[in-house]
Amino acid sequence: MSDNGLKAGSNLEKMFAAGHFAVTGECGPPKSADYDIVAEKAKPLASCTDAVNITDNQTAVVRIASMAAGYIAAQNGAEPIMQMTCRDRNRLAMQADILGANALGVYNILCLTGDHISFGNHPTAKGVHDIDSVNLIKMYKDMRDKKIFQCGEEMEVAPKLFIGCAENPFGDPFEYRVHRLRKKIEAGADFVQTQCIFNVPKFKKWMEMVRAEGLHQEIKIMAGITPIKGAGMARYMQKFVPGIDVPQEIVDRIAAKEKGEPQQTEGKKLGAEMIKELAEVEGVHGVHIMAVEWEPAVPEIAEMAGLLPRPTLS
Amino acid sequence: MITAERKPFEEILELLEGHDKVLVAGCETCVAVCLTGGEKEAEILSTELGIKAKEDGRELATESISAIRQCEWEYLDAIAEKVAEYPVVISMACGIGIQSMAERFPEKLVLPAVNTNMLGMPQEHAVWLERCGACGDCVLGETGGICPIVRCSKSLLNGPCGGSHDGLCEVTGPDNEEIPCAWQLIHDKLNEQGRQDLLLKVTEPKDWSKSNSGGPRTMVKEEAKPV
Repeated sequence: MSDNGLKAGSNLEKMFAAGHFAVTGECGPPKSADYDIVAEKAKPLASCTDAVNITDNQTAVVRIASMAAGYIAAQNGAEPIMQMTCRDRNRLAMQADILGANALGVYNILCLTGDHISFGNHPTAKGVHDIDSVNLIKMYKDMRDKKIFQCGEEMEVAPKLFIGCAENPFGDPFEYRVHRLRKKIEAGADFVQTQCIFNVPKFKKWMEMVRAEGLHQEIKIMAGITPIKGAGMARYMQKFVPGIDVPQEIVDRIAAKEKGEPQQTEGKKLGAEMIKELAEVEGVHGVHIMAVEWEPAVPEIAEMAGLLPRPTLS
Repeated sequence: MITAERKPFEEILELLEGHDKVLVAGCETCVAVCLTGGEKEAEILSTELGIKAKEDGRELATESISAIRQCEWEYLDAIAEKVAEYPVVISMACGIGIQSMAERFPEKLVLPAVNTNMLGMPQEHAVWLERCGACGDCVLGETGGICPIVRCSKSLLNGPCGGSHDGLCEVTGPDNEEIPCAWQLIHDKLNEQGRQDLLLKVTEPKDWSKSNSGGPRTMVKEEAKPV
């Protein structure tokens, strides 16, 4: 730990340390070597969030590497949270990448299993899965706190890391989701972002279980929100995306509006309402807004939810 | 047991292109039990090859034979006389049998007629399920007898990923068949056994050097070696 009591000193970590309700966004890098797309996606998120997730070959599709895109985001004013999946790298690559990213000024890391390789654009590739996300968290914590590699060898300069993980309150087995969060906390996770929430009652039930174990006092919990762009998207997520629970009334509410602009406006309104409701849940320390290919909508949603302006910390 | 599936006939024909004397060699062990490469299946392939050659107006001398186990020298010796008559052998044994055949008869061209696919359990007649990855470091003692290495699509050791839903994996099989979530099964089994503490244990990274990642493995039982 550094002199100021912070593990990494990132803006996100400071935001939690100062007791603020934190806001993170998400930026999906493009499927081409295009600097400008990353920069343009990062800019609107820079001023309305505290940090921005940079996805790592999301849905198992090849894109600009999360380390490089995170660096570009930082150059354009957005503090990156570099995502790292266990699907594409073994433990050597994971450690090498975090040393490199840290040397470039990336301090927040999100440790993920990764969508299965069969969903992506290279379904004949070999999925790595050398270690799992719990081990990944532990490995990074040991690098930071013990200055050791996974093999036990020591290093001169340890990376400064604020370590995140994900959890899906809508995955099964339901009660094991809380135990798995406990494992991730024990492994060393500092914050958790949840899968996007549509079924608020079920999320509240999960939070009750989290509080019953006292986990909300051991980790910063960020509730995941995905604003719905249209009824088609809501139906698609409801039917086809594993682990996402979209209640019918949400689909109906969006579908009641005309296609296009009116549905988008309703989606933003709904997103803002949900943020307000989730912010009231005891133990929720922030919100993670995942506007998939709809990054420009985030400032407006954040404004409507009363999250702006973001506090400026030294 | 080791399971295998016959290669598509077109692929077998491509492998055999230009050859007019071919012995089809079955194996009476695993591949016979999984109805792919036993005596009967070897006979069928040989007959099919003969019919196809006739249709194409080609000369082809072919017949079939079967070894009790193609992966053991003594059983290969038992078919050596027949193998001697053919320059080309297409083997219906698993990958181990095919390589043993090639090693025992180095002057022959030995080709594969099957794709060896897994260490599977016969769940019911004509259905085999993958059950073991031969990883060299068995964890079944801590996972309720359910292998997370091959039964979890991501080989997770610390619980299910976010894609587990209604007892199913987010991945489906090649024919869109549903795959049970291994961690749902492990969770249920350990609860049933009253061993919930194991679900909370952080399992350390696996030592893959004991698997094929450490290079090809050799097993020697010193105590059983002839003096």
